[in-house]
Amino acid sequence: MKPPPFEHHAPRELGEALDVLAEVGPRGKVLAGGQSLIPMLNMRLAAPEHLVDINRIASLATVEPSTEGVTVGALARHSQVERLAGHPLLRQALRLVAHPVIRNRGTVVGSLVHADPAAELPAVLALLGGSVRLARLEGLREVGAAEFFVGPMESAVQPGELAVSAYFPSLPPRSGTAFREVARRHGDYALAGVCAVVTLDDDLHITAARVACVSVGPVPVVVDVGGLCERRPASTVDWAAVARAVREETEPEGDIHASAAYRLQLVGVLAEQALKDAAREAAGPWGSDPVGT
Amino acid sequence: MEHEITLVVNGAARRVRVPGRRLLSDCLRHDLGLTGTHVGCEHGVCGCCTVLLDGEPVRSCLTFAVTVDGHEITTVEGLAGPDGMSAVQRAFAECHGLQCGFCTPGFLCTVTALLRDNPAPTDEEVVEGISGNLCRCTGYQNIVKAVHRAAELIAEET
Ligand SMILES: Cc1cc2nc3c(=O)[nH]c(=O)nc-3n(C[C@H](O)[C@H](O)[C@H](O)COP(=O)(O)OP(=O)(O)OC[C@H]3O[C@@H](n4cnc5c(N)ncnc54)[C@H](O)[C@@H]3O)c2cc1C
Ligand code: FES
Ligand code: FES
Repeated sequence: MKPPPFEHHAPRELGEALDVLAEVGPRGKVLAGGQSLIPMLNMRLAAPEHLVDINRIASLATVEPSTEGVTVGALARHSQVERLAGHPLLRQALRLVAHPVIRNRGTVVGSLVHADPAAELPAVLALLGGSVRLARLEGLREVGAAEFFVGPMESAVQPGELAVSAYFPSLPPRSGTAFREVARRHGDYALAGVCAVVTLDDDLHITAARVACVSVGPVPVVVDVGGLCERRPASTVDWAAVARAVREETEPEGDIHASAAYRLQLVGVLAEQALKDAAREAAGPWGSDPVGT
Repeated sequence: MEHEITLVVNGAARRVRVPGRRLLSDCLRHDLGLTGTHVGCEHGVCGCCTVLLDGEPVRSCLTFAVTVDGHEITTVEGLAGPDGMSAVQRAFAECHGLQCGFCTPGFLCTVTALLRDNPAPTDEEVVEGISGNLCRCTGYQNIVKAVHRAAELIAEET
């Protein structure tokens, strides 16, 4: 289990990295935290001729929170983002990503580009309607989450491109979020998972409710269930109907870890739990038990 | 193509020539002869290759040696001080936190960093902290005990 040979490039500046990426095109890959790419190399599932290692480009190791949202640079590690982003949903999701030691090395942007359908962060970007900024020698482009995730392990990043940052928008006031998943062991990729955001009005009635589901489709599955919540308080919502609506939008596949039917069952249950958690969080300490459970 | 790199391993600068594909785990074991760092799965799951990179625990099997050129690495061989084993090492011995010892170097490095960042962890924090390290022998109970014992020893000794 050793990686195949490759030529290692270690640029110190973004421009230098883009030069090399332009030159090597489809024969090259970016190396960020290596927590997904190196296992794939070790198992010989990938054999790029050139690796463009961005670990020395210090200008990419940024986490910039603002009132509108947080911008995470390509070299910001999961652990650093967990500490600094100040974004509740991002923090909830990152606690479920692998183990603390993996999070010391793996990057948020790398996880988005890797686009594993079982990964948490793509679902967060999709739920929030965030975006990824891609750079190539000729210039920059910004790709919204809905276009960024193309298929299983496939993102919109083209040969010659480097994802320089990702943008996660903040939530409107009186919003709550939650991430629920079921995994074989804590830290493993989820058999199914759901993140939710719920927004309430001053009377604690639901004005918006959305979920994004992982491991139940080729890309994160976003379902808007705001209509089904009909501006009601969470305690009178027909949660069984909400769970049904979420199940209808997903198309899980079976594998050695879980059957398709089990994943379908899970995603409905997790959606209900995550939405209730999010509604509770949105109500805050004064909204004593808006969910009625 | 080979690269000439310098790693500061357990306080000493070591120069080595490695191909780009040399994993840090193999560089430590084969090029530098530091076989305390163990290798189990080589895809990040077992944790026995964990070392400290600039003080933070990382998987040496998921890190290329060239990537960490110029950085500081602490392996299990570097945990003991001039007066003998570190508090974490002594606590593992005292509490029977190891049997075959294969997983131990990874646990010791992980726990050393854990207790530095959180000197009095709860049971839950200990379990979360070591959740990425597998042990096939002990059943973990004595490892959890050892972490708490190490926290006591560190508190007594500082
Ligand atoms: C044991 C283990 C358990 C894990 N469990 C989980 C889990 O539960 N949930 C989860 O989400 N993840 C999990 N991961 C994966 C982890 O989150 C990775 O860190 C992450 O998926 C990839 O980030 P990276 O920085 O390590 O990327 P790398 O491994 O360096 O790269 C991954 C891919 O993205 C490309 N890439 C990376 N950065 C860029 C960039 N800036 N521009 C263009 N292309 C780029 C690379 O070329 C490569 O194809 C686990 C990993 C391990 C080893
Ligand atoms: S050998 Fe590195 S985690 Fe198993
Ligand atoms: S002591 Fe044998 S694997 Fe942990």
